[in-house]
Amino acid sequence: MSGFDKWLGHCAALLLALLWVLPLLFAIWTAIHPVAFEARFQLNAPLTTENFVKAWQAAPFARYFLNSFVLVTSILLAQFVLCTLAAYAFARFRFPGRDFLFVLVLMQLLVMPDILIVENYKMIRALGLVDTIAAIALPYVASGFGVFLIRQAFMTVPSELDDAARVEGAGVLQILWRVYVPLAKPIYLAYGLVSVSHHWNNFLWPLIVTNSEETRPVTVGLSIFASVDSGIEWAVINAATLMTSGPLLVAFLLFQRQFVQSFMRAGIK
Amino acid sequence: MDRRDWVYGWLLVLPAMVFLGLFTHLPAIATIWNSFFSTPRGRRPKLFVGLENYQRLLDDPVFWKVMVNNLWFALGTIPLSIALALIMALSVQRAFAGRALVRMAYFTPTVLPLIAVANIWLFFYTPGFGLIDQITGLFGLGQSNLLGSPDTALFAVMAVTVWKEAGFFMIFYLAALQTIPPHLGEAAKIEGAPTGTVFWRITFPLLMPTTLFVSINAVINSFRMVDHIFVLTGGGPDNASSLLLFYIYETSFRFWDTAYGATLTVVMLALLGVLAIGQFLIFDKKVHYK
Repeated sequence: MSGFDKWLGHCAALLLALLWVLPLLFAIWTAIHPVAFEARFQLNAPLTTENFVKAWQAAPFARYFLNSFVLVTSILLAQFVLCTLAAYAFARFRFPGRDFLFVLVLMQLLVMPDILIVENYKMIRALGLVDTIAAIALPYVASGFGVFLIRQAFMTVPSELDDAARVEGAGVLQILWRVYVPLAKPIYLAYGLVSVSHHWNNFLWPLIVTNSEETRPVTVGLSIFASVDSGIEWAVINAATLMTSGPLLVAFLLFQRQFVQSFMRAGIK
Repeated sequence: MDRRDWVYGWLLVLPAMVFLGLFTHLPAIATIWNSFFSTPRGRRPKLFVGLENYQRLLDDPVFWKVMVNNLWFALGTIPLSIALALIMALSVQRAFAGRALVRMAYFTPTVLPLIAVANIWLFFYTPGFGLIDQITGLFGLGQSNLLGSPDTALFAVMAVTVWKEAGFFMIFYLAALQTIPPHLGEAAKIEGAPTGTVFWRITFPLLMPTTLFVSINAVINSFRMVDHIFVLTGGGPDNASSLLLFYIYETSFRFWDTAYGATLTVVMLALLGVLAIGQFLIFDKKVHYK
């Protein structure tokens, strides 16, 4: 490729990138400037945090954040425990029905809880858990994807390590905890990032099973806050929007490489 | 087989299988089962109605409408996001000043909640006041109501989807591009092949497995992604931008017709099943290709 061609290519890349972040930059612009500058782009426009303050006070966002935080951490912990145990069994134990059970696990990659909303709601109602954070979490705690990913990692662990620990008299769970889990750390990080961002962003299922301030995660809270007939200024809505995406955006900027790699690993399976 | 292994194996998978059973397998079976019954209302219990729900499905214009919408949605978003993803990946493949920033710009929408993305875009689309109208206003063009008009609502929703997805697909192409040995392209160039030929004859065919993989993911996503519809159009006007999952939600949780909701879900399950078979066949081919 000639030098000019290359230069042209880079210019095109920069242009496309600019076009791509424009919506986000625009949201940031309106959120940090007074309402008067919503669509007036002057470099000397005064900055303000007023929109964020207004949004924070207009709706119980503190509570929504707490709910989301509790939700994603409890899902993550439960997923780590359940998926690790199952992955260990699938990777290193031979028992009748193993292959059949593994197929059942893999089925969840396609038949996701996201689409079984009707019957899952009935299940949650039967358990008496409607409008609880547990109700949002339960369908996702046994993740077929998690089992699959962690099993793959466990299968690469040399069985000599396993045997050595066994000879020294370590029990099954001890071996799992001391040998397998430490060696699979990168997979846990990758899976963790994907799981946290997925459940922080999840909307439809929490919308269905929650109906009070005490349980709503930020996504549902935001959608109620920003519904068109609520008559709130755009700048304030944009501030709220950025606020709810904030934790993930910050995490993404800090752990960019890990994020990209884990999303990829998660996709490729 | 060691008998102790049996017990350990079963005990270890038990907790995960219980939750999978309760929230995936049982609900999936119950969905199919309940599609043959009527919706219980008040004191009236559910009754076996045979294929009545399916007959209703065939006669339901809204069902056909959302199916056609879903098809257009898939046709409109998938090839475009994949093409953009490939362009993005190629554009940041080589090192240049600002590459990290460019790559970040492409990927950021992937990290944002779809509901937040929709809020941001809603501001562009708002008639008269939104950014699009402000810009067209500068050129003396009249107001537009992209979300409110049946002809454009679905396209407006599709644009948001493409914005959110292209950067996600890009990372798979980036990974695949790294596995292509650079000397292949260089050799072709020494032979005097133009850049375009190198791309279409060497790079693109070698990326085919990635393209297939990304396409399948994209098709599954086109059935799953409905959050932005809640914010942007609410499925309207007159179901012009409603998709299958959104219609399932409306039927089951706005009109509380859970039996018909289950019937619609069966259609979704069938579609995903067909996809699974397709995926299996395609990936089988990929193995032969290697």
